[in-house]
Amino acid sequence: MSPALSSLSRRGFLAGGALVVSFALAPRAFAQLAGGGEGGAGPAVLAPDLKGSLKSTPWLDAWIRIDGDGRVTVFTGKVELGQGIRTALTQVAAEELDVPPATVTLVTADTERTPDEGLTAGSHSMQDSGTAIQNAAANVRMLLAAEAARGWGVPTEEVTTGGDGRLHAPDGRVLAYGEVAARLSLHMQAVPDAPLRKPSDYRTLGRELPRVDIPAKLTGGAAYLHDMRLPGMLHARVVRGPSAGTSLQAPDLDGVARMPGVVTVVRQGGFLAVVAERQWTAIQAMRHLQRAAYGRPASPPLPADGSGDAVAATLAALPARDIAIMDTSEPAGPAVRSVKARYTRPWISHGSIGPSCAIAHYVDGTMTVWTHSQGTFDVRRVVAELLGLPAERVHAIHAEGAGCYGQNGADDVAADAAVIARAVPGRPIRLQWMREQEFGWEPLGPGMMTELEAALGADNRIVSWRHAVWSNPHNNRPVGAGGVLAGNEADPPFPVPEGKPIPMPEGDGSRNSNPLYSFANTHVVYHFLKDMPARVSALRSLGAHLNVFSIESMLDELAAGAGIDPLAIRLDHMQDERARDVMQAATDRFGWSRRPKGDGRRGCGMAFARYKNLGAYCAVALEVEVDRETGRVLVRRAVAAVDCGQPANPDGVRNQIEGAMVQSLSWTGREAVRFAADRRASFDWSSYPILRFDDVPGSVEVVVMDRPGAPFLGTAEAGQGPTAAALANAIADATGVRLRDMPLSPERLKAAIGPV
Amino acid sequence: MTVTLTVNGADHALDVDPATPLLYVLRDDLELNGAKYGCGLGQCGACTVHIDGKPAFSCLTPVGAVAGRRIRTVEGLGSAGAPGLLQQAFETEQAAQCGYCIAGMIMRAQALLDRNPDPDEAQIRAHMQTNLCRCGTHMRILRAIRRAVALRKGTQSAQEVRR
Repeated sequence: MSPALSSLSRRGFLAGGALVVSFALAPRAFAQLAGGGEGGAGPAVLAPDLKGSLKSTPWLDAWIRIDGDGRVTVFTGKVELGQGIRTALTQVAAEELDVPPATVTLVTADTERTPDEGLTAGSHSMQDSGTAIQNAAANVRMLLAAEAARGWGVPTEEVTTGGDGRLHAPDGRVLAYGEVAARLSLHMQAVPDAPLRKPSDYRTLGRELPRVDIPAKLTGGAAYLHDMRLPGMLHARVVRGPSAGTSLQAPDLDGVARMPGVVTVVRQGGFLAVVAERQWTAIQAMRHLQRAAYGRPASPPLPADGSGDAVAATLAALPARDIAIMDTSEPAGPAVRSVKARYTRPWISHGSIGPSCAIAHYVDGTMTVWTHSQGTFDVRRVVAELLGLPAERVHAIHAEGAGCYGQNGADDVAADAAVIARAVPGRPIRLQWMREQEFGWEPLGPGMMTELEAALGADNRIVSWRHAVWSNPHNNRPVGAGGVLAGNEADPPFPVPEGKPIPMPEGDGSRNSNPLYSFANTHVVYHFLKDMPARVSALRSLGAHLNVFSIESMLDELAAGAGIDPLAIRLDHMQDERARDVMQAATDRFGWSRRPKGDGRRGCGMAFARYKNLGAYCAVALEVEVDRETGRVLVRRAVAAVDCGQPANPDGVRNQIEGAMVQSLSWTGREAVRFAADRRASFDWSSYPILRFDDVPGSVEVVVMDRPGAPFLGTAEAGQGPTAAALANAIADATGVRLRDMPLSPERLKAAIGPV
Repeated sequence: MTVTLTVNGADHALDVDPATPLLYVLRDDLELNGAKYGCGLGQCGACTVHIDGKPAFSCLTPVGAVAGRRIRTVEGLGSAGAPGLLQQAFETEQAAQCGYCIAGMIMRAQALLDRNPDPDEAQIRAHMQTNLCRCGTHMRILRAIRRAVALRKGTQSAQEVRR
């Protein structure tokens, strides 16, 4: 290192150390709108008659711009998370505009360029943004046709499009979209009834176009936020104790300041970070500071580790508010057979392969933050409140990260980077969390418990059904500074906001606790737990993972006792035709009627759910083979059927459902965050193992139902609950052992089977 | 200290602490995006590159230890415009969701194919065991590797590969 750089580093540290910049105190009553997209409150509705996110952003030019050369730019407030939404939305826009998809450029969430569509979460993107873009594009195509017709002096309905970005008159005259668009202003509100293209005419929608983001990902192209390199960029690491709630007691700030290459140390309240010219220097400085002792307040105690009983005891000890979800009462015959059971899920990590990353740059009083958060506009709200900046002085831009599957460290790291950048004006700051920080500090998927009691009558009809679920709201998404770690570490701290339930029909911990089946005398209650003993927030599918697991396990428990086929008991209680169709499609493809009977070693199970009872329908059938010596379960075959309305890209749908199934097999079969008395004890992939190639199914097949022109239904979270239950049901079919506490691990299965 | 690295056939003289993990030098000095930081512990494989033809965790490999050895990254297999055979197979199978693990997956798989042009399913799975994917793209990754094997042999149709 050069002497000049060294002295710069010292000066940097002295400046950073002496001028401890305190967080400016912003108004604490910062607007609490947001959380939209997960099913909570979203952006304000301005046009209730319009569809999807046009309700909140009704102006056409907010969604679509057509340049004079015919290039189309489409704006969405949703973001690519690896789910393929960039490609799907491009297809929607190309179809309804009737242009080649290659002429469409899609701009994803950017607080200065795109509509605020709330979070990219809850499988809402196709319903919210896909529907908005579809209808906005239909409006634009209608306006273009009307303008061309006016110029030609022909009736509008005689003007046609041909998929080539041109308008055609009956006499053969043509006009390019760009020429016509130049005569129009699109700054007008959409109308609700612009005619959509007929499914039989589709050129782009429903086709399996290759995903636009994949080539760069396969070849080392700049595909991720992590790959951005800005001129003058510095590398930062945030320094914290081993896990959420801990703090370092006396980190050696002076020692780090003397390390060559360290530019500055940012210490504000309980927030601590190091900034260096090189990434490796920042990591070494962080490691030096982390040698300090850490502490954690004794209260509240962390969740008990281990068994389902321990999960249940932890949850049962928390204060609960009871919310009635469903109460029906019908005349029904007497119960002849009843089952009561408790099901649990432990705390689960999102386990993103890439630890969270952000870049922040503070120049002339404006903070720019590149973030892979699911809530780009929420990042702006959080950073503005945290730093006391007006919202218009914070520009948040989405750039893709590793898959997040809910709220991982993305929001926190964005706020961390902004705090650091504020202290080092003029230099872009790249901050990536370390692996153990992602495991230690991200909000976990919450532990949950259910108790079900159900009864069959003499005619094999279910005569009563009770479902109680203990859960917190899962959705603790940050909408202000109190929702991120840097806000909690400020002096004075921004308090962690209270969890608030997302009401039905979407629900949160209660999600999918209301069965879609027609059961007589159904009583569902949500024991809402406001606070959790561990930091938690949304994990893909929220409460649906355990609620569907519970319902679909209970159905098999009832069916097994009465000698009813698992498919039959479901069809007997299901009136929704599309639900019946996916169950039939999955089991037909699986060969359910010819399946091998459970023989102690092999067995089959199925399960079904419609996500939130509003989204995609999904049925799953699995065949498993159990190693009775070890309790290891191998899924030989997995088959799913999914009905997501009109699929924008059937291969994209298959990719999502395949992924959901494999991920759910990992969650359900393997995963549980471990806790020590004073910290989380899962901090790497050896203390938090997930499924590897040896344990993935022999084959996975997904049938995508053909529903031409049907409204889009969110797909990404449809497979998790059914896969979880199908696994438990297949294990029960194979071994006679009913596992009700996740994870359905080899150890637990072996203990239940007993000696061979 | 100056360390000379040979990456994808080109030599680079770099002034760098020889203890720096190769990963950070590839990413920050050579501006190669393929190898990713995943764990820094050699547990996930997102950082996989080849050193003298063998797969290695670049997050654990001090740059001083690989001076003068042949380093290959996913950029060395091909580009988006001219993808290598395995990259083509991943593209055809659309074998990515978030894709953060995929460059490491490709390098891991390439090392197998370089050593054994016709691995069976069990050999492929065993070989890929070191690399983690969280999106659940495993089935497509396996299919892409099988497709690459078939493309190389030039005997099987795409339909056969799909099975």
